[in-house]
Parts: sequence; structure tokens; C-alpha cells
Amino acid sequence: MTTYALELDGVGKVYPPPTAVTALAGIDLVVEAGETVAITGQSGAGKSTLLSILGTLERPTSGTVRIAGTDTSALSDPQLSEVRATRLGFVFQQFFLLEHLSVLDNVATGLLYRGMPGKVRRERAAEVLWEVGLASRTRHRAGQLSGGERQRVAIARAIVGRPAVLLADEPTGNLDSTTGAGITELLSGLAHDGTTVVLITHNDAVAAAMRRQVSLVDGRIVADTGLLGGVA
Amino acid sequence: MPSRLRFPDAIGVATAGLRSRRIRAALSALGIAIAVAAVVAVLGIAQSAKAQLLAQLGEEGNLLTVASAESVNGRTVPLPLTAEPMIARIPPVRTVTAVGSVDNVTVRRSRAIPAEQTGGMNVLAAQGSLLPTMSAHLLLGRYLDATAEHYPVTVLGYEAAKILGIGSLDAPTQILLGNHYFTVTGVLAPVPVAPEIDVAALISFGQAERVFARDAGPSRIYLRADPDQVAAVAGVLTATTVPDGKDDVQVRRPSDLLVARIAAKGAFVGLFLGLGGIALLIAGVGIANIMVISVLERRGEIGLRRALGARRRHVATQFLLESTLLAAAGGVLGIALGVLATAVAARLGGNPVAVPLSAPAAGLAAALLVGALAGLYPAARAARLSPVEALRTL
Repeated sequence: MTTYALELDGVGKVYPPPTAVTALAGIDLVVEAGETVAITGQSGAGKSTLLSILGTLERPTSGTVRIAGTDTSALSDPQLSEVRATRLGFVFQQFFLLEHLSVLDNVATGLLYRGMPGKVRRERAAEVLWEVGLASRTRHRAGQLSGGERQRVAIARAIVGRPAVLLADEPTGNLDSTTGAGITELLSGLAHDGTTVVLITHNDAVAAAMRRQVSLVDGRIVADTGLLGGVA
Repeated sequence: MPSRLRFPDAIGVATAGLRSRRIRAALSALGIAIAVAAVVAVLGIAQSAKAQLLAQLGEEGNLLTVASAESVNGRTVPLPLTAEPMIARIPPVRTVTAVGSVDNVTVRRSRAIPAEQTGGMNVLAAQGSLLPTMSAHLLLGRYLDATAEHYPVTVLGYEAAKILGIGSLDAPTQILLGNHYFTVTGVLAPVPVAPEIDVAALISFGQAERVFARDAGPSRIYLRADPDQVAAVAGVLTATTVPDGKDDVQVRRPSDLLVARIAAKGAFVGLFLGLGGIALLIAGVGIANIMVISVLERRGEIGLRRALGARRRHVATQFLLESTLLAAAGGVLGIALGVLATAVAARLGGNPVAVPLSAPAAGLAAALLVGALAGLYPAARAARLSPVEALRTL
């Protein structure tokens, strides 16, 4: 049996009353290691909920989610934290940088909950900052950077722990198209190192830069360019 | 490998959180600082004021007095002449001195002062052994010597000199005792255990007998015993003074007066400490308030940390540490302010600076406790926040 990076089996999410909205209904999805996947769809289609469930930030109301073969529904809250700390990286539209910290410390925060000594964290952070092209910015405060630079710092923070899967929620949503293209290139480039990248986007150009596109309508997958570009 | 947060990192995260909101943190810490300063200063100032009395108590604790009981008509019956030599023979008695009240003799500056205006002063016959026994010393001039038995000279108590307006003996100074002028040769410093000496004009027993026709017996005897034998000596004093048991005498320990004054100084400490405690409580509520606001403002950060692998426990620890460190910083500042206030107050009051070690310890402990309690609810709230909800900000 093949172990997939991510495996969703009949995943549904219904929010409790009074809203009682069905955000996801019977999602089946497998993502192999090293794939780059764009999830597209209208607002309210369930993209963000899907990403949260993939990232163990939220539990589904039905179905199972396996990350590298591990069924996450059986895991306790601290165990889910461990999965996030060791296997997953997150990038957000709003960056969520700690403004008062230096760029280097922001990136090192990505390793904070792994229990490594601060010196090791900063050494790794410096390496990753070099990879994302911000070696000259390590000492700046996060608040002093441009939008594109801020998202690069956020990506560096997400990949400093070398996660198997990187989940990105509208990573270019707050950036102009040129800057966004640079970020997209950076994210798709991560797949060369074997990192699985799943991102949500409204932007067709960003979606096209990923090898696989999955589109959602009303919490269901309506189109999927398939495993490794093939048809499912 | 489970996700974990090393303790030094937790401290780092908490201090970084505080540093990102410096003014707010400083103002909340100031509240704690003021409350802790109040507590430390109250304890310190009370202790400094007591320190001097306690030192006196150590010196005066072995002083005993024997006085004749007042008779029905208000006149004091002198003690037997044998009393003083008998008391001196009790083995643990170190020194003994006798004074005799000279009744119905006024102390005046001159004849221009009406005789009724006594100023609360009286005349006492005293001996040379008064100074060593009372641990008294002279502010001005010299004490009654051998010639005082034959000449009209007097030494004034501290208060008496003040009432009579005598601040210097550079020029020959005379005062009127009854209808006789006496030359002032000296002025005593205050004698805290024997306020009756402070308001007296002291003359020799010889003069008291010759000029005022006083009986030779003393009216009061002061003695010092070995400190660990004070109670035993007090027990035999009555029998030693009046062996036949015909007259009544009063045996007293004047240091009880100091004990009472120490107790009086301590009376308000509880009240002020209570007020300090209330101030601390208010400061704690302030910190809790600030921390709740901080949790609301930092939902994004909380969500991010959860996404990075922080457990609920790690988030709770972060906020709990923030409020505790905030309070601790306030506590340390408060201790410094409190000690400073104590030093200033002690200097102004002429007391030794004595801050009991328990004061800063209690201040810091109280600050830490208040900080931890204030952080509990905000920390629990931050930890309860679901990551998705936290990230759905802005």
C-alpha cells in the first residue's frame, strides 16, 4: 500500500447550529509527496475549511484525514500540535509576522516548539533566509519590510523545519501581481526538494503555476487535474 | 518527538511579548510597584521606628522601681531609710539609686511667675548614683557632686529645662524652688523609662532636708538587676523594702512602658498593610484587564503559534509568564522604592534604617502571586481559543 503525503477519505464538515452550514461534503483526495496542488473555488466553496482540516487546525465532522499514513482523528490535541510542529508548514495571506522581532527571530520561531536550543534555531533560520533571498535582511525588524519580503519571511518560517507538507492560504492575496509571481515561483520551487505544497488561491496565474488544480463548489470537488497531472 | 517549549524559550517569548507593548507593560507594572512599595515602606518604617525603642528596651529591660504607695490624703509616705542599702544587698542587683519627692515645693523661673503655675514640674532629691542607674547623661553642665549637699544647686530634667526656657548655662542661671533660689549646674538628656525625672528639678538629699525640711527616707528607688534575674529580684523587692509588711509599696518595671509604645507603633501597621493589600489587588485587576485585552489583540499570534505546533499548554504558559514577569518587575521596582522611602523616613525621623528581610520577600511573593492569579483567566482564554478561530482575525 502506498503511503500518501495527504489522504482524505469522505471528509465532511458541518458547522454546529445556529449556522449549520455544510462547508465540506464527502471530499476524497490523495496528494503524493512532492506534488504542488492549487485548490480553487468561489468564496464560501470550502477552500479554507479544507486547508484547515488538512493542517489539523480543525477536525472534520465525518471521514478520515491521514497525514503520511497517520489517521489524525485518533490523535489527541497535543499529538496534533506535534504533527503541526514536525510535519506541516503554514503560510497565511496576512503573513502573521511578529512585528517587534527581527527577521531572523521570526524565522527561528518556526522551530520554537521543536524544543531546539536558540542557537541552532537561528543558524537554521539564517540558512533558510539565504534560500529565500533575504540574507541581507536578517537583522531588520519584520515591520520594516515590504509586503513581498514579509511573505518570503513567512515562507522561510514555514519551511525552516523542513516540513513534508506546506499549506498556504492565499499566499499572494495581499501582494501585487509581480511580487506574487515571485512568491509563487518560490513555492513551486520547494517541490523540487520533495516538499508537498498545497495552496488556496483565487488567482488563475498562481493556480496554473501548480502542477495540479482541484476546484471546489459548495464543499465538493468538481474538477481535479489528477494525481501528478493525470486525470483521476 | 512531541512538540515542546523549553523554559528559557518560554521566558524569551514572554519578555518579547512585554517588550512589544512597553508603555502598557510599564504602566501596569507601575501599579504593582506602588502597591509593593507601600507594603515594604509600611513594614520598613514601622520597623525603623521600633528599632530604636527595641534597642532601648534591650538596655532598659532590667530596670525596676520601688515606690511608696500613695496614702489616702495624697501625700506619699517615704520608704524606710534601710530600703536602699537592703536592696543593694540582693545579689543580682547591680546598681541602685533613690530619689525623694519634695512635696508642695514649686519650680519657677522667678518670683514674677505665680506660684500656682507649676508647669507640672516638681522637686526631687537625688543621689550621685542616679546617672549610672538610669543610664542617663547630661546635655549641659555637670551633675550634683559632693558640694551639692551643702549648696543650693540643682540639675534640671530635660522637659523642666524646656519649660523654664533654659537652653544654655553659659551665664550663671538661677531658678526658684519654693522661695529659695537654686543655681542650675546641669540639664539632663531625656530619660525615656522615667518620665518623672524629665519634669523634675533635682537637688541633693542634704539640701532637701535642710532647706525644705524633708524627711530623709526616699520615695522611690531605681535599681538594675542581672537581666536574667529581673523577675526573681522583683519578687523579693516588697519584702526587702518593708520587712514588717506594714506599708504598701509598688514594684514596677518601667520598660513595660516601652513595650506599650512598641505595641502602639505596631497598631497602625495592620491597617496600612491592609490598604497596601487592597492596592495590590487593584493593580492585579489592572494586569488581568491588560492581559485580557492583549489576548484579544493577539489572536493572530496565538493562531500562528498553534499552527507552528504550540500546544494549548504552551500558549497558556506564555500569557501566564507574561503577567507574572510583569508583576515581578513591578515588585522589584516597588521594593526599591519602598526601601528608599523607608530610608528617607528613618533619616527624617532620626531613627536607624531597619527594613526587615521579610518585607521585600513578602512584597515580591505578593507581586508574583498577584501576577500569576491575574494571568490565570487570560491564559486560560488564550489556550481555549481554537486555532482556526484565532487565525480568522482582521
